[in-house]
Amino acid sequence: MSVQSDDDLMYEDSCPDSDEDCELEDVDNDEEVIADEDDADFNFTDVVAEKDRKKSYEVEFKVHSIQDIVKNQDEEVTHVSDMLRIQKQHAATLLRHFCWNKERLIERYMDATEEVLKTAGVIINDSMRPRFVKVPGFVCDICCDDDKDIETLALSCGHRFCQNCYKHYLTQKIKEEGESRRISCMANGCNVIVDENTVELVVDVDIHERYRTLLNRTYVDDNESLRWCPAPSCEYAIECHVPQASLTSIVPTVECSCSFRFCFGCSLPDHQPSICTLVKRWIKKCEDDSETANWISAHTKECGKCHSTIEKNGGCNHMTCRKCKYEFCWVCMGPWSEHGTSWYNCNRYDERSSQDARDQQAKSRASLERYLHYYNRFANHEQSAKLDRELYNKTEKKMEEMQQTSNLSWIEVQFLKKAVDTLVQCRMTLKWTYAFAFYLSRNNQTEIFEDNQRDLEMAVEQLSELLEKPIEPEKIGELKEQVLNKTVYVSDRREILLVDTAKGLLEERWEYQVDITS
Amino acid sequence: MSTTLFSKRLSKELIDLKINPPAGIEVAESDTFKCWKLSLDGVEGTLYAGERFTLEFRFTPNYPMESPEVVFVGNIPIHPHIYSNGHICLNVLYNQWSPVLSVRSVCLSIQSMLSSCTTKEPPPDNNHYVKTAKASPKQTQWSFHDDSV
Ligand SMILES: [Zn+2]
Ligand SMILES: [Zn+2]
Ligand SMILES: [Zn+2]
Ligand SMILES: [Zn+2]
Ligand SMILES: [Zn+2]
Ligand SMILES: [Zn+2]
Repeated sequence: MSVQSDDDLMYEDSCPDSDEDCELEDVDNDEEVIADEDDADFNFTDVVAEKDRKKSYEVEFKVHSIQDIVKNQDEEVTHVSDMLRIQKQHAATLLRHFCWNKERLIERYMDATEEVLKTAGVIINDSMRPRFVKVPGFVCDICCDDDKDIETLALSCGHRFCQNCYKHYLTQKIKEEGESRRISCMANGCNVIVDENTVELVVDVDIHERYRTLLNRTYVDDNESLRWCPAPSCEYAIECHVPQASLTSIVPTVECSCSFRFCFGCSLPDHQPSICTLVKRWIKKCEDDSETANWISAHTKECGKCHSTIEKNGGCNHMTCRKCKYEFCWVCMGPWSEHGTSWYNCNRYDERSSQDARDQQAKSRASLERYLHYYNRFANHEQSAKLDRELYNKTEKKMEEMQQTSNLSWIEVQFLKKAVDTLVQCRMTLKWTYAFAFYLSRNNQTEIFEDNQRDLEMAVEQLSELLEKPIEPEKIGELKEQVLNKTVYVSDRREILLVDTAKGLLEERWEYQVDITS
Repeated sequence: MSTTLFSKRLSKELIDLKINPPAGIEVAESDTFKCWKLSLDGVEGTLYAGERFTLEFRFTPNYPMESPEVVFVGNIPIHPHIYSNGHICLNVLYNQWSPVLSVRSVCLSIQSMLSSCTTKEPPPDNNHYVKTAKASPKQTQWSFHDDSV
């Protein structure tokens, strides 16, 4: 079985029955209209969020809807198509090959056009349009059909197959394998990519729709500056130009139009001020069962021989391991046999063998206590944040009450909602300050960090207390003033902490107990 | 669509293999379009001269859009790319499959893989692989270190 060699016959310009295909060619005319637009240069790094000047711990970002994504994609394709003077479907294939890094594509294309086209699986042939033709004497290499009425199709590589096989192949790739941007010609060893126009021509409408969805997904997945919002069933994507390499000096927190706040670097919920890598370590540490094991060993003791756990339950220092029958002294952890006759009164506290056993336990105990110090505070704020949700519901009720019992309007009672929102956000920040501080080395900088942390913590607890007070209608005015003041104060404390931490990250002022580059 | 696509293609392949069999390759069993067995003789002048092996082909209704599952059964050749459970490390059987490839071309690839072998030895990770591999080699994530053999 060999590949058809009479390809040139099939090109549009030399095809005798081209009248039949006019419907298919119309598609290209529409495209040119779009391509004529002046702002094809409108690259979306220019269209960043139009918010006020950013604080040092904030990053620029923009939320995109699916429609925006499609539009941006088209603009990029049109731009490259115009610049390189190639058909749009080829520009799209090249951009996908370069993960939408337009600058790199253009640079490489100028440098080594042939090589770029070859590795990307593109063969430029301006006279070529994807279309079905009947070829006398054609036998499909795949299904072996040789019926004289079968429609055939070839990509610009000239490998020709029947319509049925093409349809079956593309449907299988799109529907079963979820493939979109890397579907290549069916011929053995041919890497020419089946372009968008060909796919549209061959497959059914529903499969084509699926294909477009998959392509749009890859546009975001492949693009380093785009990320899907991780909130369940949210369809927005966020654009942010913080590269992975900067994640040790920036915490890129973004907020989706669905109001979900998350980290652009790792997609986890907002974890300011801690950097991504420490967040990952901390989560891993908290999940790790060995911490629980450590806890047990610090509250109990371990048999020096078989390492099973022993709890002391009587006053006598002479311990016998229930499992291996090893006898040892509870006070010094040394073997009982070395205690001679001074049985019930240990005087071997400095003996080497006892010292080692004790050091081991003391060490794990100290590191565990340190961990628990941070963990308890971390977990406390997490827990409190959950309670804040309930508090929020209570607050809503409170707001309704206030509208009935006083002449305050709905707008005027919004201060309570604002206060709760601030409270929740500050608790999230505080939570992560403990994970961050856990990894900081002890020095002056860390002390400043912990001072800021303490200030925020105190402010948060005061506000929280204020919000839990029962409402007395005659004192609403007073309460409002107190809450407003405290809310502003809390926000300020948070900002001071975040500004200082972000500055420290940029200045590489923080010293860590772990290697953050690994 | 799929049943006609696949049965016509396989009947044609079968006739072709029977009328015009490649040297040392013979269809041994082809009662259904689900599973075929072919005998493969070691080529004269190679390490496998005088030996006869059996290849088993399993086809899904999607063949040739999907690659066939191909394994050695019975007497397994000792070869750096063939595991002792019959699984074959050959890229065209997995990620490099193309629907224009056929039973014939796969047999020829395997025959040439055997013929170019210079030392009869099992793959270095044979024991580990055989212990952990799934029944079908298509479920293995193959990495092809050396396409030349
Ligand atoms: Zn066909
Ligand atoms: Zn091709
Ligand atoms: Zn969202
Ligand atoms: Zn992160
Ligand atoms: Zn013991
Ligand atoms: Zn003792």
